[in-house]
Amino acid sequence: MKQLLVFIRKEFYHVFRDRRTLLIMFGLPVVQIILFGFALSSEVKNVHIAVVDYANDVVSQRLIDKIKTSEYLIVEKTTMGYEGIEDEFKKGEIKSALIIPPNFGNDLYSSENIKVQIVTDGSDPNISKTVVNYLTTIINAYQQDILPKKTFPYRIIPEIRMLYNEEGSGSLNFIPGVMALILMIVCTALTSVSVVKEKEMGTMEILLVSPFKPIFVLIAKAIPYLLLSLANFTLILLLAVFLLHVEIKGNIGLLYLESILFIITCLSLGLLISNVTNSQQTALLISLMGMMLPTLIFTGFIMPLENMPKVFQGISHIVPSRWYYTIVKAVMLKGLGFSYIWKETLILFCMTIGLLSIAWKNFKIRL
Amino acid sequence: MNILGFILQKEFRQIFRDKSILAMMFVMPMVQLVILPLAMDFDVKAVSLAVIDHDHSSYSHQLINKIGSSGYFKPIHFASSYRKGLQYIQREEADIVIEIPPRFERTLIRDGTEKLGISADAINGTKAGIGSAYLTKVIADFNADLDINVQSEEALLNKPIEIAERSWYNPLALYKFNVVPAVLVLLLTLIGGFMTALNIVKEKEIGTIEQINVTPIKKWQFILGKLIPFWIIGMFIFTVGLMVSSFMYGIYPQGSLLLLYAFASIYLIALLGFGLLISTYSDNQVQAMFVAFFFMMIFMLMSGFFTSTDSMPNWARTLSNLTPVTHFVKVVRMVILKSSNFEDVKMEFIYLIGFAVLLNGWAMWNYKKTN
Repeated sequence: MKQLLVFIRKEFYHVFRDRRTLLIMFGLPVVQIILFGFALSSEVKNVHIAVVDYANDVVSQRLIDKIKTSEYLIVEKTTMGYEGIEDEFKKGEIKSALIIPPNFGNDLYSSENIKVQIVTDGSDPNISKTVVNYLTTIINAYQQDILPKKTFPYRIIPEIRMLYNEEGSGSLNFIPGVMALILMIVCTALTSVSVVKEKEMGTMEILLVSPFKPIFVLIAKAIPYLLLSLANFTLILLLAVFLLHVEIKGNIGLLYLESILFIITCLSLGLLISNVTNSQQTALLISLMGMMLPTLIFTGFIMPLENMPKVFQGISHIVPSRWYYTIVKAVMLKGLGFSYIWKETLILFCMTIGLLSIAWKNFKIRL
Repeated sequence: MNILGFILQKEFRQIFRDKSILAMMFVMPMVQLVILPLAMDFDVKAVSLAVIDHDHSSYSHQLINKIGSSGYFKPIHFASSYRKGLQYIQREEADIVIEIPPRFERTLIRDGTEKLGISADAINGTKAGIGSAYLTKVIADFNADLDINVQSEEALLNKPIEIAERSWYNPLALYKFNVVPAVLVLLLTLIGGFMTALNIVKEKEIGTIEQINVTPIKKWQFILGKLIPFWIIGMFIFTVGLMVSSFMYGIYPQGSLLLLYAFASIYLIALLGFGLLISTYSDNQVQAMFVAFFFMMIFMLMSGFFTSTDSMPNWARTLSNLTPVTHFVKVVRMVILKSSNFEDVKMEFIYLIGFAVLLNGWAMWNYKKTN
């Protein structure tokens, strides 16, 4: 036991000696969580559009004014003709154009078929679909406004409540996601070089001839990173609460326990990578470059997992951050207890055991 | 020039010797090109519901049927109380809970109006917003169809304005049209940014850079020797990427190929300079990798790859414009999908040249031959 402590102390020295790496380890997640917490949102806002107004009457002018007051749309041009749309699209100046036909005002009051056209730049379907939704809502509301009120005598009125996010903060979804992503990548990458570095430097032989059980080598390597990652997590959490104003609704002790479990999962994965690779370069490429994208995609905070092909949904099950993301959402944002996340916890636990045993099995005690 | 030739020979040999890295360099981009377009679909297709019917009347059944047959909602769970309905949301099995109050039908007929409780899981704002908009629409249709309304004369409403929608360049509004061009950018970014960053710092860490420093190689020869191989590999991967995008996804470049290649080569030079810069500042591979990773995340998340840059706050948009990736993503999408010409993307061209000069200049200035 005393041996282990001495060994852990040695590993700590190693980690703390490299100040720059330490700075990077703590500095980067901080910058990232601030940046992404504030900047990312799935909302579509500030979309530049043009209105081609062939009617040019009071009614169409008022409609355009109405669109101008929308916080989601910015009316860029109203004077160009239909032929100009393509040019604007090609320059990327506008994303969509609303075409109001001549006689719009008269038609609106008299005829039955009142038509407007929306042309969108389909190269970003997400934006074009949303813009069509926004414009449709504005146009319908405008029609209701200017025409004499006619409502059904019998009506069901929906009362909509937004749970867990009354203010409609667009970044709420991203914060647990970025937390999961950062912990996953940083923890895995740091440990992934731990063993392979000794192999590359040649110090591994010294460790192996020492009267020290191989398993202790692994434990001693993991513990400093566990503590550092925990400190890192605390920092991220503090930022989320005080800077991004995310309220922690659930039990903070539970959140910590779950996070420790997740950190251990990532450390085990890192150890496994470290054991099966031969150079730091390969280890880092696998853990950073190779895992960044899968983690980003399969955690589910950027793209909806349920839209993906079944195979990918299957793959997402083996990505630890996916489960952790669900846990953080449940505990931190929804304030739920352990009974709601026992399944995810169990999966992470089994993954950890599995990864650790494979890592241990692949840990060669002879070079 | 002869010296440069020898350096290039050495670098190429080094790159091709390490089979695992070579495999990563070629296989990973292709995997990304295959996976990302299939995975990135932001459409809100299936919103799942939990319905609590306290009324069990003929109207409440009709309403539930109407919602069920609208095609927007799947699956529909039934719960006996709000608390139980909420559990579906808590377990992420439902996105929205609908509560039909007791005496729903009776209140509706007696008072003319009745409220319907809709609670959406707003952590995912998009889904909550679109889901409740769908519901509102279905309920509006239901109101119009109510037999007591159909019988009344007042029900003759104004016909809504008909909105004809047309999506240019992508009539079916498929997400792959947005994703595939961006993945092409990603390929060049990963090769350009990561590979050079690691390559030079490795020589530092192993100590071989000392040997190069004492040889009569000029600084620019050394740096060009590092950049050229990755530039060639990058352009090769870009070409393969273009072929995959054409043959697998049917997304052919609509604009000029020449323009596309001109942009790609300048972008790659900028990114290589960036990798070089990282490696001149790092002591070891771990540092270089982390810094590269850090910027890569920022590039990917803030360049308009996943989320629209227009929606960002102003400061974030400025920051996003300060990365070369943002400009290149924009150009590739424009040229491939909209056949934009040089005139349309002139500004981006100037930006990218600026980045290439700035990043490479800075890196060369910071690389000290004697250390």
